[in-house]
Amino acid sequence: MNLLETSQLTKYFGDTHAVDKVDFTIGEGEVVSLIGSNGAGKTSLVNLISGLLQPDSGKIVFRGADVTHESVYGRIRAGIARSFQIVNLFDELTVLDNVVLSIFSRELKTRAFWTLADHHHPIWQEAHDILLQFGLEPKSSVLAGGISQGERKLLDVAVAYALRPRLLFLDEPTSGVSTREKAPIMDVISSIVRSQGITAVVIEHDMDIIFRYSDRIVVMHQGVVLASGRPEEIRNNEAVKDAVFGPTHA
Amino acid sequence: MSGLSPSPEMAPPSASSAPAAFQRRSPVKVALWSIPITVVLIAVPWVVDEYQTILLAYGLAMAIAVLGFNLLLGYTGLLSFGHSAFFGVGAYAVAFMVKYLHVQSMELFLLAAIVGSGVVTVVFGYVCVRYTRIFFSILALALSQVLWSLAYKFFWVTGGTDGLRVPTPKLLGVGPAEGEDKIHFLTHRYYYYVLVVFVICVAVMWLVVHSPFGKALQAIRDNETRAQFIGIRIRAYRFMAFLISGIFTGIAGALWVPLNGLTTPDILNWQFSGEIVFMAVLGGFRNFTGPIVGAVVFNYLKTYAVGFTVYWQALLGIVLVVLVFVLPTGIVGTTKLLWARTRRRTSR
Repeated sequence: MNLLETSQLTKYFGDTHAVDKVDFTIGEGEVVSLIGSNGAGKTSLVNLISGLLQPDSGKIVFRGADVTHESVYGRIRAGIARSFQIVNLFDELTVLDNVVLSIFSRELKTRAFWTLADHHHPIWQEAHDILLQFGLEPKSSVLAGGISQGERKLLDVAVAYALRPRLLFLDEPTSGVSTREKAPIMDVISSIVRSQGITAVVIEHDMDIIFRYSDRIVVMHQGVVLASGRPEEIRNNEAVKDAVFGPTHA
Repeated sequence: MSGLSPSPEMAPPSASSAPAAFQRRSPVKVALWSIPITVVLIAVPWVVDEYQTILLAYGLAMAIAVLGFNLLLGYTGLLSFGHSAFFGVGAYAVAFMVKYLHVQSMELFLLAAIVGSGVVTVVFGYVCVRYTRIFFSILALALSQVLWSLAYKFFWVTGGTDGLRVPTPKLLGVGPAEGEDKIHFLTHRYYYYVLVVFVICVAVMWLVVHSPFGKALQAIRDNETRAQFIGIRIRAYRFMAFLISGIFTGIAGALWVPLNGLTTPDILNWQFSGEIVFMAVLGGFRNFTGPIVGAVVFNYLKTYAVGFTVYWQALLGIVLVVLVFVLPTGIVGTTKLLWARTRRRTSR
């Protein structure tokens, strides 16, 4: 059974068909890369599934339940989390606070205004452990606005990961970081995702990363799914070569 | 304002296995610096003259209002230009209790202020928290002006510009002693009453802003989108913050009006909301204690400015401009900054 299925999912912005009748499936435990040139509809598709955008038509089924009109909150509780292309963090809070807040929210503790946040020791311990996993523990008491771009990218993922999602969308987790930093970042993310059995969808432009870390690649072009398959199949797909890679890559 | 974990200058990045957060912000540590201040406040009526004590009582009452206001501005990122409404509702609730129900109990006054300001805050909040930034500010201002115009026009109920008189109340069922001077009552028993309510309000607000709920508000302030995507229901949390904020301001209004002896529509006007904003900026709205300091200092500043020149509004305006340029983090923020610099220099 698929973890996620979209059928005929559609989103238009005026005359632009951002997502055009897309049928998209993700199996449990898969690491899927979503690729395509700028404007292909990758981020719009993720925004629709995560609830940031409402579709014009179509259906989203997650773990057998229709979540098409579910709120962002409802989707998070169902197990969908995401990171962002442009890092979204609580910059005036520390690195540790960012992760702690995620856990507080997951545990429905943010409603409590009669207890001190400091006194929830298991939550702080878990946040600390997550930072250790992501290699961010040495920066735990630094403000999130004061760490490097690569660290911010990792923290963005760590905040989403702290929600213990079933499905994690990673929107360009290495964009804006140096080439040297990309592989280490993806190594960390990939090892955590795979060790925890989390299903992940990665939007990326770096083809080396895509082919190295993906179980399956879905190619989007002008709002539709152009191809879907294992990395080697996509690498040799003529339509994909023409639309996405261009003649030089082939 | 610090986050959940220690401020960076206080605690350098650590590679220890235990989260630094485990060892800090105990209420005992807070008590270590708050108890001496409370002792000083207790001693005030015995060491300064009555006029100064009354000024301080005004300042403490206003501090409760600004603490409430700052839950929105400093912690939730919402600038309200309508808090005069909740202050006014608190004050008018007391005046109505006196005029129409002949109640004299201060405890019932406070209860009425909490209920009254709570009801008005629910109505205002339902409308306002759907918006942010300038839209939120203007909506809050517009709604408060509606209340001001009601108080102004329905003079047969509210007394109009003449206002409503509020006599000295009974505190815990006990009124002024036979032949006791009103000023003596206000500078001793009533002052201590205000002080006790002030301490309770500070303790409650401290708990709120350092609770997981308070941290969620800071998350909303910092990044609404991310807050939404970790599962925080933005509007519900803003609404709760608005409600707590309004009730605090209503309590302040109830404490203020027996000191003033009279309530008029002026305290419902937008200019009074502006003063609340001024107090928060003066003390520093990114610190927990900033609004308290700002309220007390502003009260003295305004009183002496009024006595010093007829152009006191212009003088306060100049102070505000200088403040924004020279002390953008307010009195408390700047003091903390200077203290941190001094510590760094001495530790070299």
